[in-house]
Amino acid sequence: MGMTQHAEPAVSSPPASGPGKVKDGRTSERPLALRLLARPEVGVFLGAVAVWVFFLIAAPPVRDGSSMANILYQSSTIGIMALPVALLMIGGEFDLSAGVAVITSALTASMFAFQLTLNVWAGVVVALLVSLAIGFLNGWLVVRTGLPSFLITLGTFLILQGVNLAVTKLVTGNVATDDISTMDGFDQAKKVFGSSFDVGGVQIKITIVYWLVFAAIATWVLLRTKYGNWVFAVGGNKDSARAVGVPVTFTKISLFMLVGFAAWFVGMHNLFSFNTVQSGEGVGQELIYISAAVIGGCLLTGGAGSAIGPVFGAFMFGMVQQGIVYANWNPDWFKAFLGVMLLGAVLINLWVSRTATRR
Amino acid sequence: MDRSSLSRSRRFAPAVALAAAAALTLAGCSSSSGGKKSEESADGASAGKATTPRMTIALVTHQSPGDTFWDIVRKGAQAAANKDNVKLVYSADPSAATQANLVQNAIDQKVDGIAITLAKPDALKDVVATAKKAGIPVVGLNSGVSDWQKLGLMEFFGQDESVAGEALGKRLNEAGAKSAVCVIQEQGNIGLTQRCDGVKKTFTGKLQTLNVNGTDMPSVKSTITAKLTQDKSIDYVVTLGAPFALTAVQSASDAGSKAKIATFDLNKDLTGAISKGTIEFAVDQQPYLQGYLAIDSLWLYKNNGNYMGGGEQPVLTGPAFVDKSNVDAVAAFAAKGTR
Repeated sequence: MGMTQHAEPAVSSPPASGPGKVKDGRTSERPLALRLLARPEVGVFLGAVAVWVFFLIAAPPVRDGSSMANILYQSSTIGIMALPVALLMIGGEFDLSAGVAVITSALTASMFAFQLTLNVWAGVVVALLVSLAIGFLNGWLVVRTGLPSFLITLGTFLILQGVNLAVTKLVTGNVATDDISTMDGFDQAKKVFGSSFDVGGVQIKITIVYWLVFAAIATWVLLRTKYGNWVFAVGGNKDSARAVGVPVTFTKISLFMLVGFAAWFVGMHNLFSFNTVQSGEGVGQELIYISAAVIGGCLLTGGAGSAIGPVFGAFMFGMVQQGIVYANWNPDWFKAFLGVMLLGAVLINLWVSRTATRR
Repeated sequence: MDRSSLSRSRRFAPAVALAAAAALTLAGCSSSSGGKKSEESADGASAGKATTPRMTIALVTHQSPGDTFWDIVRKGAQAAANKDNVKLVYSADPSAATQANLVQNAIDQKVDGIAITLAKPDALKDVVATAKKAGIPVVGLNSGVSDWQKLGLMEFFGQDESVAGEALGKRLNEAGAKSAVCVIQEQGNIGLTQRCDGVKKTFTGKLQTLNVNGTDMPSVKSTITAKLTQDKSIDYVVTLGAPFALTAVQSASDAGSKAKIATFDLNKDLTGAISKGTIEFAVDQQPYLQGYLAIDSLWLYKNNGNYMGGGEQPVLTGPAFVDKSNVDAVAAFAAKGTR
């Protein structure tokens, strides 16, 4: 992952971080295949294909269409969160509160609608406001204090974890929310956030569609808009970005709010798929989102990465996690297998990009 | 930096949220079914109050935050405390070292009795000895059925996880199950492993185990789906907690599997699923009773010198089966979150 697409100095150049970058004369033109391999998402794509082919051979049930749909479903719930987490990382920050924020949103929607006996859509809207506010708070604190986002979001992570539990207990008297599946608007909301449709006899969960649509939008924004340039610029060098007129504060806060939006979305999926939410869930998920982004080629130092890379990163997570089960391996080794496969995939990814960038 | 627009949005955000909430409430978008209004106001069991002198009892468990099960234990303990004129001090931490510190904290507070769970008995050995030296009676609950006497605890209230597993295994035999999968939501948890091992001991069919990531429901759902697809012969899914049983129902339907679902532990949604028939039965270790008896026993000891179980035998609170035949009697209590 060493040599990836780095931040352009944020001058008012046209969007130019796409593959067809104008050569700057310092290097001679290299073969297309090598230039392609040098892109972070190509490395992770090959890693994902390797893992996929491996399980196609090792686990016969994976060859079935409905198994693939199941793997993609698992990948999509990770992937929808991995996208904004990746954008945020390109922008030079990261968010440890992303895992519990999903549960905060689901709890808010459920309790607001249930306790006031409202149509569930009221809860959905309030949860969106709360999620965006959490994102705003994270971003605002990071920008205002200049402290590392690690510290700020570790703080909000702990706060949200405590608040999730304490408020749920206070409001419902239990640590899980009440079942809202009989309430007005539930079926409608379930259609939006948690339904599935039939493609050739295979049930496809709607989150897969959202995942790919969000990824396409994120890629377009990152590569073809001014905002995308700003994201690379603030992640590359905040001060020089500010010096050339990039609105650093706006960009960073909006990225955190984007994470909030995705947390709301996945939270709504959890709520409308499972009817109730336990307040202790979500802890540890933030690391999975961050891993998917890193495997997908986003640098922990910011300024580099893509939106399509994390799609393959999330797929790899889902593929390995479910592939182990389809292959019927000894479950005691489950986490160890997961770690080895992911490390292996990252190493392939690294090797590919090193080979490709070596002259 | 556009600070002015920031501070403006900051000032307005709460107001907007509040106004939106108020508008929603007033605009009549209220739900005609479900919701708080349909839920009857429900209080736990209450039975007068003791006139014995006020005493303080500490309950220290290995609960991880936000777990429905422990909430029920605590409610039972609180009910006994209210009745016995006891001040209940509750604390919990899943790490054994921290739990030991919390027990030490209770000793330092000079409480009149301590109730603890022994998920990791060795780590609590020293601090239990300290409590005894300080003359504070200690009872055990929930986990540690094989260790409480070794550590010198006075009494024990709980379920033998292996015994409960064995009972469930026998039940699977009666139901004619041939191949079952035991779903562990927290890899490496002793109590959960003992349950599956117990099932394995008595179940005559084939039993496999499956580890799932319990903090992420979508992942639990896909992993169980994957297992049911991988092995089409599975005819029973055994989960070790109520929320996972409800998810397993969805997995079975996703996988197009006819597997039936059985589980350990109850909650109010689960009782509904049992009466509907989507879940076959649950093994209930009566967490409310565990919390209640632990506190009540310390009160009895202090005021009348009694030992439950005669100080020799554990007092077993499970396994009690809940199935279609008795679910209606249990459902009302589960709805209050006490069963």
